[in-house]
Amino acid sequence: MTFLNYAPAPESTAILDLRPSYGLFIDGAFVDGHGAPLTTISPATEKPIAEIATADAHDVDLAVAAARRAYDTTWSRMSGADRGKYLFRIARLVQERARELAVAESLDNGKPIKETRDVDVPLVAAWFFYYAGWADKLDYAGLGPSPRSLGVAAQVIPWNFPLLMLAWKIAPALAAGNTVVLKSAESTPLTALLFAEILQQAELPDGVVNILSGAGDTGSLLVNHDDVDKVAFTGSTKVGREIARSTAGTGKKLTLELGGKGANIVFDDAPIDQAIEGIVTGIFFNQGQVCCAGSRLLVQENVHDEVVERLKERLRTLRVGDPLDKNTDVGAINSAAQLKRITELSAVGEDEGADRWSPECALPDAGFWFAPTIFTNVSTSHRIARDEIFGPVLSVLTFRTPDEAITKANNSPYGLSAGIWTDKGSRILAVADKLRAGVVWANTFNRFDPASPFGGYKESGYGREGGRHGLAAYLAPSRADATVRSTVPAVARTQAEPMAAPEPVVETTNEDTK
Amino acid sequence: MSRLTIPKTYKLYIGGKFPRSESGRVYEVATRGGDFLANAAKASRKDARDAVVAARSAVSGWAGTSGYNRGQVLYRIAELLEGRSAQFVAEIMRVEGASESAAVAQVDKAIDRWVWYAGWSDKYAQVTGSSNPVAGPYFNLSVPEPTGVVAIVAPQGEGSLLGFVGAVAPALVAGNTVIVLASERYPLSAISLSEVLATSDVPGGVVNILTGSPAEITPWLASHADVNALDLVGAGALEWVDLQIAAAETLKRVLPPEEGPDAAAPSLDRIAAFTETKTVWHTKGLL
Repeated sequence: MTFLNYAPAPESTAILDLRPSYGLFIDGAFVDGHGAPLTTISPATEKPIAEIATADAHDVDLAVAAARRAYDTTWSRMSGADRGKYLFRIARLVQERARELAVAESLDNGKPIKETRDVDVPLVAAWFFYYAGWADKLDYAGLGPSPRSLGVAAQVIPWNFPLLMLAWKIAPALAAGNTVVLKSAESTPLTALLFAEILQQAELPDGVVNILSGAGDTGSLLVNHDDVDKVAFTGSTKVGREIARSTAGTGKKLTLELGGKGANIVFDDAPIDQAIEGIVTGIFFNQGQVCCAGSRLLVQENVHDEVVERLKERLRTLRVGDPLDKNTDVGAINSAAQLKRITELSAVGEDEGADRWSPECALPDAGFWFAPTIFTNVSTSHRIARDEIFGPVLSVLTFRTPDEAITKANNSPYGLSAGIWTDKGSRILAVADKLRAGVVWANTFNRFDPASPFGGYKESGYGREGGRHGLAAYLAPSRADATVRSTVPAVARTQAEPMAAPEPVVETTNEDTK
Repeated sequence: MSRLTIPKTYKLYIGGKFPRSESGRVYEVATRGGDFLANAAKASRKDARDAVVAARSAVSGWAGTSGYNRGQVLYRIAELLEGRSAQFVAEIMRVEGASESAAVAQVDKAIDRWVWYAGWSDKYAQVTGSSNPVAGPYFNLSVPEPTGVVAIVAPQGEGSLLGFVGAVAPALVAGNTVIVLASERYPLSAISLSEVLATSDVPGGVVNILTGSPAEITPWLASHADVNALDLVGAGALEWVDLQIAAAETLKRVLPPEEGPDAAAPSLDRIAAFTETKTVWHTKGLL
């Protein structure tokens, strides 16, 4: 036994009290769904967890109607202070049930319990707590006095941070006075349904939040529903583009949080120990299934060999395995489809001539697994340097001057995240100014906070989540809203093309960007 | 015997130069009463694409100026407009058929609007940005930055100078560069304004002005991959939903059409609409 062999320390699933099957959460109650039910599985073992009802067009109608009713009769009339109190209740209930939620999330998503316990779930509580306090302070949100809520918000979230993305969507929507119909991702419906139980415990008025399970076609029905005023989507650029098309001319306010190919830039004076940890966090956090992952490592040429060597050394110590084990650093890939995509793109990387390396690690037989992987000798034209892989795969490129680093970092249709590693403060400021990315981390990576606006430039989407900016995405100035809506002729809605072929609404189906 | 006047050739404004349309096409601009006034250039797809190239190459310079500097450059446009207001009044009277007092009022308002927007260039970032109190040892700041190249369909109705200024000025405040489709029927103010811009301190390529048919040209700009945003404020009579659908291909930021005298009304929202919020996390603890 070497120092790397740890005795297993699995988190017990005894804390979960899961039902064999779950319905849709509509108008405050769990009801039967009329779509074909799906079985959600653990990606680490492929064992079924529960049977989940899905929503068809009729169910979507019912959910939107419930949200509209709740908006008209309850939520839009309630004082901001009272709305805030409900959100505070939710934040506290999430904290109380944090361990249970963390275990359920690891089980359903495949990410390490270390992450759900220390990152996902604490941030969920923080998000509700932060926006709770905004609910009675909307006059200070930057939209002038008495900003108006929008109405019913249709929200579609991905599978990579199921509960956290739910919180990013629901907390600001409710604080601003909107009601919600949220569709969870097909492969990770579980924690949204546990969250529905929390809403019942919080005695949130019926219909204020409705939660649907289902695949991309359900999401398409929801965002294209006529009685929806706001659409918020996190997922692939391909689906985001379809939503932008199908909502064109409808007057629905749209925010899109899409793909990325983040550049993590390491200068030769970088604090090297921290940089290595930051590179690992940047690309192996959540198995790299992160839209803002630092998937392109740009290393200054004179430290390239040292950085790569130390990175390999560090990767040899990463423990890949059971997500519920508290020692695990890298968990399971979320689905067979995602594993296939990562596998294929990595093969393309080899075919195009980049050098592939992974540490030796024993992967479990069942489940979906991919060893942490580094590609060196990558050029900017390689697909692994351009396409979002959405997996634990790092492409290493080099640069000589800051200008070259900036040019390479910006050489992407995406513009979500970037990292800068250097000891020189003035260089951080100058480089950060020139990066066309919505979030820049200097000497850190993959940090999130409810007070901090997050979102992309260019084809990574528009609108911000977090902070005052995130609140504004769910509000309209008191005067302008009526005029904006009235400029939209009724016929315009029918002119908009419906989404052509429903795509799975997940982070990874961006075939078009390959 | 009265002197024969010298009519002006009205041309496009691209990259700080005044080309004719590469297509060689023109269209007639008439007075309110239908009398011939001028042959304006009828821009082509190629002209639009040239304008995008000019606008793109001007982004880094214009966006890189300080807010103070941009404010002075925009203010100088107002100064020059004021000095040439008689020319704009005369053109507006002839093209729009406006009374002298109405034309004077419009020009005055347009000048004042430049001044109003000029003052925002070193202030809007303080109002729309934020310092973010995150729960950790980080200095966390959100600042707005220009979106890049913005294509604008200027308001098409009467009040052509004011509508043009109201649509163009806010996009310039943050450091965007623009390609503007002028009012098809009332293009003279826009063309004369390009002469003001050419002799002001606005760098070539920051403002590019096309005359002709917005219905013909806008689709090329809406689908152009090097255009970052589309302001459809004056596109109400076009198939604007199709334009918005085309813009979705590269996820352009889009503002919808506005109708009536309040179209492109002065507002901070019009500045903010063509900015991107960048959040930077500075680590405090590497002691």
